[in-house]
Amino acid sequence: MNLDQAAHYAQTGGLVLLTVCFVSAVIYALWPSNREKFSKAAYAPLEDDNND
Amino acid sequence: MPEAAGEKWRADVVGIFFIIAVGACLALMGAAWGIDTPFQAQMWTMLAAFILGGAALLSQIAKPPVADKASRYENGVIKAGVFASMFWGVAGLLVGLIIALQLAFPNIFYFPDFGWLNFGRLRPLHTSAVIFAFGGNVLIATSFYVVQRTCRARLAGGLWPWLVFWGYQLFIVLAGTGYLMGITEGREYAEPPWYTDLWLTIVWVVYLLVFLGTIWKRQEKHIYVANWFYLAFIVTIAMLHIVNNLAIPVDFAGSFSYSLFSGVQDALTQWWYGHNAVGFFLTAGFLAIMYYFIPKRAERPVYSYRLSIIHFWALIFLYIWAGPHHLHYTALPQWAQTLGMTFSLMLWMPSWGGMINGLMTLSGAWDKLRTDPVLRMLVVSVAFYGMSTFEGPMMSIRAVNSLSHYTDWTIGHVHSGALGWVGFVSFGALYCLVPWLWKRQRLFSIALVDWHFWLATIGIVLYITSMWVAGIMQGLMWRAYNEFGFLEYSFVETVQAMHPYYIIRALGGGLYLAGALIMAYNLWRTARGDAPALERASDVPAAGVLAAAE
Repeated sequence: MNLDQAAHYAQTGGLVLLTVCFVSAVIYALWPSNREKFSKAAYAPLEDDNND
Repeated sequence: MPEAAGEKWRADVVGIFFIIAVGACLALMGAAWGIDTPFQAQMWTMLAAFILGGAALLSQIAKPPVADKASRYENGVIKAGVFASMFWGVAGLLVGLIIALQLAFPNIFYFPDFGWLNFGRLRPLHTSAVIFAFGGNVLIATSFYVVQRTCRARLAGGLWPWLVFWGYQLFIVLAGTGYLMGITEGREYAEPPWYTDLWLTIVWVVYLLVFLGTIWKRQEKHIYVANWFYLAFIVTIAMLHIVNNLAIPVDFAGSFSYSLFSGVQDALTQWWYGHNAVGFFLTAGFLAIMYYFIPKRAERPVYSYRLSIIHFWALIFLYIWAGPHHLHYTALPQWAQTLGMTFSLMLWMPSWGGMINGLMTLSGAWDKLRTDPVLRMLVVSVAFYGMSTFEGPMMSIRAVNSLSHYTDWTIGHVHSGALGWVGFVSFGALYCLVPWLWKRQRLFSIALVDWHFWLATIGIVLYITSMWVAGIMQGLMWRAYNEFGFLEYSFVETVQAMHPYYIIRALGGGLYLAGALIMAYNLWRTARGDAPALERASDVPAAGVLAAAE
């Protein structure tokens, strides 16, 4: 494999991989059944006690 | 790490002792065989630090591992971090004021007999002191605080967090004294020499392991979003630091080294590092502070947790490509410049999404802005985040960059981000942390926080407006032609025209420093015990602040 081919695979593969990763992250964030978990997580900073 | 007291061999003590012993031997060899005097001085500094570290370690062996039994969390290293942050913050701002005065009044603040006070040596001292010494200590201290609270787990690693803290201070001292002696790699924000880079790599890997170890033993199932931001900051800085600093020393007993890359590849590597130092050190890390301290201080949940997840991933995926916008109109191929510009423009979306998320967290608690200047500082920091992340992408557009590049507009932009966003969010976090860590009902003086807020805000406004005017004027003067096609102005005429704005800038910097000094005094009095101590567990500091303001 020469440099051009390697660069081609890396660029195309990288584009697909990164797009898939990002889209999965967005789907995860918006998935309806995760709503409750995230609503709870939004309160996380308020749950700990300053005295600890 | 085992936390059982009285265990004969503790893995953390043995590990740290090994690092210190090897480090001390290498430093002694470097001091003995060093080929240049600054290198020898740096090696003696390292040797002294390792000997002191070894002595401190020996004094710890006799004690049980859980030193601070008043809390289920490790707070000692965070207290040290708060102290270091404030110390380096004041030092870095002071050096900034000195170099601003050197530019405004070069005939008064030029010291030909003291070469180490030259602008060229003080300038990296200023940038490294405010970014890495102040900002870095704030990030390490707050990350140790936040990861323990949101994971409900004590900091992992026994004494290892202390190696992170002191190792990082050693890195700062070596870098700073090195610059003054003239040692530099000449890479923007990555000036420290090769052996300092190697030392920081060790410290940073330990930092990553301590952070991951704490997440690993968490009691909460979900990893809170602030920890994701901190983790992205730690991991990416490790990657950037290692790649950008790949270098071959001319002599293993000397301070000088050559970069592994050359030409345009070197420039691209440098700005891939440089811009992601902005993206992952000065943005992701401090966004973690925003996502913990603003909800905590406002006593409101994060406005949209789902938006925070999208904010995180969008920021991570986009920022890493933005670096080439620093190399418009250079030997870098045009497509790479356009790529950097395009990703910079796309960054508008996550940046403003994050800003809206931070600001809207106050919904239902806006009235607290009137009574709580600490919360006001945190919120204004997010407003400056929005402003500078709007300005940045705009400046990355090639046509705009042709005017702004190499002018003081860039300096103004950097400082609206640094003073407004990074500075204010850090100050807000430190004002929160001191009463929490030292168990006080509130800060020593809320009025002094108000003074700090207004002095610093006016200082920033003076700074950035004077630099806008100076920078745009400078850019326009550079590109002005007369009717014969010659340049209208000589370079020195542009310098002369900027003189009044340099004075205004120094004044703004002076006000900002004055605010930080007031803060240091206020925090010192709070920690020393001049603010009432917490009596009951229900006496949360935020309530105390409101009571005091009434």
